[in-house]
Amino acid sequence: MSGDLTTRTSGGHPAAWPLGLAGVVLVIAGSFLSWSYDSSILGDLSINFYPGSLQILAIILAVLGLVLLLIEKGPLESRLGQWLDATLGLRALGLMLTLYMALVLIAISVESDGLINVNPGGYVSLVGAVLLLVGSRLLPLRQLRDLGQARLPGWFEILTIALMMAAILFAAAFALGLTEAWAFVLCLVFITGVITALFRTGVMSWFGHVAQRHKKVLTLAAFVVAFFFPFTQGGSDANMSIATQVLIFAATAMGLNIVVGLAGLLDLGYIAFLGSGAYVAAMLSESAFATIDWHPPFPVVVLIGACVAATLGLIIGSPTLRVSGDYLAIVTLGFGEIFRLAMFNLDGTNGPLLTNGPNGIPGIPELQIGNFNFGDEHTVAGLELGRFSNYYFLLLLLIGFVILVFARLNDSRIGRGWVAIREDEKAAEAMGVNVFGLKLLAFAVGAFLAGVAGTIKAHQDVAVSPDQYIFLESAFLLAAVVLGGMGTIAGVLLGATILKLLPEKLRFFSEYRLLLFGLLLVLMMRFRPEGLVASRRRQLEFHEEDEQLAVAVESKLAEEAK
Amino acid sequence: MTVTNEVRRPASAIGEPVLEASGVTMRFGGLLAVNNVNLTVREGEIVGLIGPNGAGKTTFFNCLTGLYKPTSGQVRFASVPKAAKKPASAGAVEPNQPTGALQPLPPKPRAVVRAGMARTFQNIRLFANMTALENVMVGRYCRTTAGPVTSVLRGPKFRREEAETRARAQELLEFVGLGRSAEHLARNMPYGDQRRLEIARALATDPKVVLLDEPTAGMNPQETRQASDLIFKIRDSGLSVVVIEHDMRFIFNLCDRVLCLVRGEALVEGTPGEVQSDPRVVEAYIGTGEDDDDDEAGPGGAHVQDTTVAEQEGKS
Repeated sequence: MSGDLTTRTSGGHPAAWPLGLAGVVLVIAGSFLSWSYDSSILGDLSINFYPGSLQILAIILAVLGLVLLLIEKGPLESRLGQWLDATLGLRALGLMLTLYMALVLIAISVESDGLINVNPGGYVSLVGAVLLLVGSRLLPLRQLRDLGQARLPGWFEILTIALMMAAILFAAAFALGLTEAWAFVLCLVFITGVITALFRTGVMSWFGHVAQRHKKVLTLAAFVVAFFFPFTQGGSDANMSIATQVLIFAATAMGLNIVVGLAGLLDLGYIAFLGSGAYVAAMLSESAFATIDWHPPFPVVVLIGACVAATLGLIIGSPTLRVSGDYLAIVTLGFGEIFRLAMFNLDGTNGPLLTNGPNGIPGIPELQIGNFNFGDEHTVAGLELGRFSNYYFLLLLLIGFVILVFARLNDSRIGRGWVAIREDEKAAEAMGVNVFGLKLLAFAVGAFLAGVAGTIKAHQDVAVSPDQYIFLESAFLLAAVVLGGMGTIAGVLLGATILKLLPEKLRFFSEYRLLLFGLLLVLMMRFRPEGLVASRRRQLEFHEEDEQLAVAVESKLAEEAK
Repeated sequence: MTVTNEVRRPASAIGEPVLEASGVTMRFGGLLAVNNVNLTVREGEIVGLIGPNGAGKTTFFNCLTGLYKPTSGQVRFASVPKAAKKPASAGAVEPNQPTGALQPLPPKPRAVVRAGMARTFQNIRLFANMTALENVMVGRYCRTTAGPVTSVLRGPKFRREEAETRARAQELLEFVGLGRSAEHLARNMPYGDQRRLEIARALATDPKVVLLDEPTAGMNPQETRQASDLIFKIRDSGLSVVVIEHDMRFIFNLCDRVLCLVRGEALVEGTPGEVQSDPRVVEAYIGTGEDDDDDEAGPGGAHVQDTTVAEQEGKS
């Protein structure tokens, strides 16, 4: 069967296009019919001619398919056909739509009792999705022009960025609003479907060029979107709590990214720096269990916490940075454990009373900066903002600062030194680069940033205890960096979001969480070792043999230099 | 070949000693790699280091650049107190500065670079995934000072320094003839260009002495000629050059003085004419089958021919 298909695709099958169109029509028609007999699951998919939200997602996918079909052959062909690869897009879309519909049927039969609960509409849409998939496999492959040359008016490109960002905000709010795990999974499949289709058609690669041309607009838009996110939550703390955790995790991962991604040092005890910041903030806080009777204002605490963490970084770094690679990983892993055990034992009996041992320091009061108390609720323009929103905005500032430090260090003499060290340590030393000093600097800066994040985390979590800073957390931080893409900003933010958000939303998976992450990492290492969002340089490092890639990267560099 | 004290001297004139190795011995366990070798490099001089494979040339080189600490003996270097400001010069390479007194080599390779000695490697060690320009900019590292705080704050000083680094790197790329390849990845560049890029990167550290480890290895005759032109150009801008080479014709054309090492010992040192007519050198090379001169004439003929070329070069 498949051999038969591939031979035909080279020329294209006459039935392919009508088949695809029929598939799209069927999916849409099916989505207007009832999918499920049970109205209490998946946000009610049981009413005819009144599509529920999951059905609307299917319709959106189908409409996207229709647009691609029209680009393939139809009114849009003359304008977009030479730029966009509609065939590949349709294939990806067909696959994801089929997966989506199959998962819908599975979800319905799991959530209520068996396949009997699936109404005809579900089958109609599934058949449509399969038709679209088959049709797309029969379509011919196309020759395209280089999207790097595509030029549209500047205002249009900026508008695209704005639309993209608005879509992200909307999707985030929508996905987080889904309370059922299955609905959330389906929504993820939908988002993945749209994104892969856009990637395969080349829209994303065009968007990459656009982002390159309007870097500042993109950054600004991203922060605006992040800023408006709390306003979409209607005062609900459930998602905002997750969001603040994601931000802390992302800020810490970003700091680790300096160590791992830029300087190329493997650090498996990084959580200790976050912990030291948190402990400093807790000990100096106004909590009844605080062990130091001095309560400076918060900015001072931040500075102290960061400096303590950076000092720890220097202390652990100066002897250990003489070893490299796996050995460094082992030493840092040991350091992480030493930190946790030290916090465990500084309880007044085994050592000085600093941390209350395993009990930790609970009852840390809300942050108070000036007259602004972070525990208060506010109403801005009729929209409620709860406690977590306050922390969210503060953390947004923090992550902006971390990104700033990261980006500027990367693009400086120091960043070049780091790359040189990663490339060839001996040659770097022979060219006068202070190898040891730069490694130590990476350690100290990373620790400093984690320390800052820790001081905020202590107040947001209300309590600190040693069991928050176990090795597993360090491993997750490292996984976020590796999964997202070492040395990139967007990648690590994405990786941190995935690793923190998914376990929160998919609690019924929690037993298999580690298994799934392990599997994910293994697959990533096999198929995309450079991470989801690849730093160009890292991509080159992971693919030493790939000459084509090197040439492609070079032409991109030349484009940027212009 | 007269020694003058004027700033503009004839290209072949020789100034104060800038690098002096006395009695350098390097022992790896039972292996005596370099035995009691002396070498003096003077300002504006090209010194060649020849010898058959395994003669200890690269080991000696590593002693000179501080990568190895000699078992006994001393390397002294006229480290120049570096003027903080670089005068905007038309030539790409720093003009001459007054030579300081000879001092023992600083303990770290990095400090040696700072003191004014730069090197290239026998097997090219570029930062392969960086562009040509970035490679040279890394070479500027030890002459720039922007720290982490400056880099994050990006004040005018940082911008100025960054712009200067970039401009100087571009200037050096043009100096070695790679001005148009600035945005190419080092790993994509042709072999000869990589060699030249390595030299540009070494020059970016503002050295007094450049040590080139087999700069023409694997090059075709045309590239070799370009390389020797480049080395003359570097010498003419006031630097001293030490070259390790196998290619005898190349080295006799190029160098003011040649030191021949055999089995870790200095066999003979002198002008190219003296060295190549020395029967021991001929024996060391032909005896070990190392003469890779693939001229159509036999080895003897090649040597005669080399002498004439070398003499012409000296006159010009």
